[in-house]
Amino acid sequence: MKEDLFVSGRMNPNIDPYLNIWHWQIPVYLFLGGLAAGLLFFAALYTILGKEKEMPTTVKWATFLVPFILILGLLALFIDLKHKLYFWQLYTTIRLESPMGWGAWVLMIITPISMVWVASYLKELIPSWDWKFDFLNKFEKWVIANRKGVAWVMIFYSVILGIYTGILLSAFNARPLWNTSLLGPLFLVSGMSTATALIMWMTKNEAERKLMSRIDLLLIGIELFFIVHLFMGFLASSAVQINAAQLFLGGQFTVSFWVFVIILGLLFPAGLEVLEMRGVHIPIVIPVVLILFGGLMFRFIMVEAGQITRYLY
Amino acid sequence: MRYAMAIDTRKCVGCSDCVVACQTENNVPIGYCRDWVVEIMAGTYPQLEIELRSERCNHCSNAPCVRCCPTGASHFEQGGIVTVTHKKCIGCGACIESCPYDARYSHPEGYVDKCTFCLHRVVDGQLPACVSVCPTKCMYFGDLDDPNSSVSNALKNRKYIVLAPEAGTQPQIYYLT
Repeated sequence: MKEDLFVSGRMNPNIDPYLNIWHWQIPVYLFLGGLAAGLLFFAALYTILGKEKEMPTTVKWATFLVPFILILGLLALFIDLKHKLYFWQLYTTIRLESPMGWGAWVLMIITPISMVWVASYLKELIPSWDWKFDFLNKFEKWVIANRKGVAWVMIFYSVILGIYTGILLSAFNARPLWNTSLLGPLFLVSGMSTATALIMWMTKNEAERKLMSRIDLLLIGIELFFIVHLFMGFLASSAVQINAAQLFLGGQFTVSFWVFVIILGLLFPAGLEVLEMRGVHIPIVIPVVLILFGGLMFRFIMVEAGQITRYLY
Repeated sequence: MRYAMAIDTRKCVGCSDCVVACQTENNVPIGYCRDWVVEIMAGTYPQLEIELRSERCNHCSNAPCVRCCPTGASHFEQGGIVTVTHKKCIGCGACIESCPYDARYSHPEGYVDKCTFCLHRVVDGQLPACVSVCPTKCMYFGDLDDPNSSVSNALKNRKYIVLAPEAGTQPQIYYLT
């Protein structure tokens, strides 16, 4: 028998009996951040490749959602802070060893860039739009003339936005479920997949939808590959990681993860998209909603399960 | 200067005076504690072994909580003591997620709080509150870089462990077994 108990009694709120300091605000932001990163990535990518005409929704119309998505995400993060009046302290220092610091600064940079991108296409949506100020007209002309340069900057920051959330979680060596370098790439690919799904839903261009569908299938394949290696890695690591993996291999998150994230969120929509490619008509809303739902559930499960995992001593 | 603590688990009786002294000295809110006592019992009756440990923030040399703080609120003071500057803390909770010892908590006023090795007493030449009230005098606090300090002497002739060394944090509380 080995018995381990508190003699002095301990029940620190949100810390005991298991860590529960991050609630719904964090997975919601992780989802919105990944979605925004993916949308901006593909917009920038197809601009750099010179395919604005063939991919109008990807390059233009889908990006109109990004400023709102980022603002909602930032709002969720702000709500999560427990010392809200001091949030501005984030912007008084640059700490290279803190992924959360990277995130604060990248969001500070990419939110205005996304607004500038959208603003430069505003006249295509609303032809009668007038900026009213001369310097804004000049700025719009400059952005349109240097669109490829802006796209290169945007693609760089969108990748950081998509990957840093996974790196942030993986940098906590106290949380064995998160402490894997696979988490960054996994979050990036998942975010890109949710973005391609949203673009597929929004576009009226058949060729664009077909291309996005193939890219989405590739991304889902990579995601499944990463998830398999995530668990292989856990089972080949130390006792704390093996324990962490057990939450998903027989433990309390088994059903919710494999059913909602893997089957409903990845495998089933991928199957529907393959059927669509083979000629069976599937209403696009079904795989898209499943992919978005799967992405959100994945982040909810990872944040909750990660806080339950801990070192054993 | 490297402040550290050595706690003799053979002399600890689990009275929890250290817990109450800390809560009194540091105005810890009701329902929270900065340190706690753990009892580990192993074996089958009547061959039972018991270890009593008073745990707190380990003021690690490679503190993950300092590394992950986005504002620098969580930082090293003199002698490697890890403290939180309240007015720099935004309450994001990253440091709480990063601590393998669950030493931190979110104070009701919004900032993150934890054991400070009673820095306000140490700069005055006193010992931390928990060390000074211990009835069995099983706790030692001092400068590890000073070979004649009470901590250095305690570690010279006894076997000791640290908590979760595999976490890579280099904790500075040594439990004499």
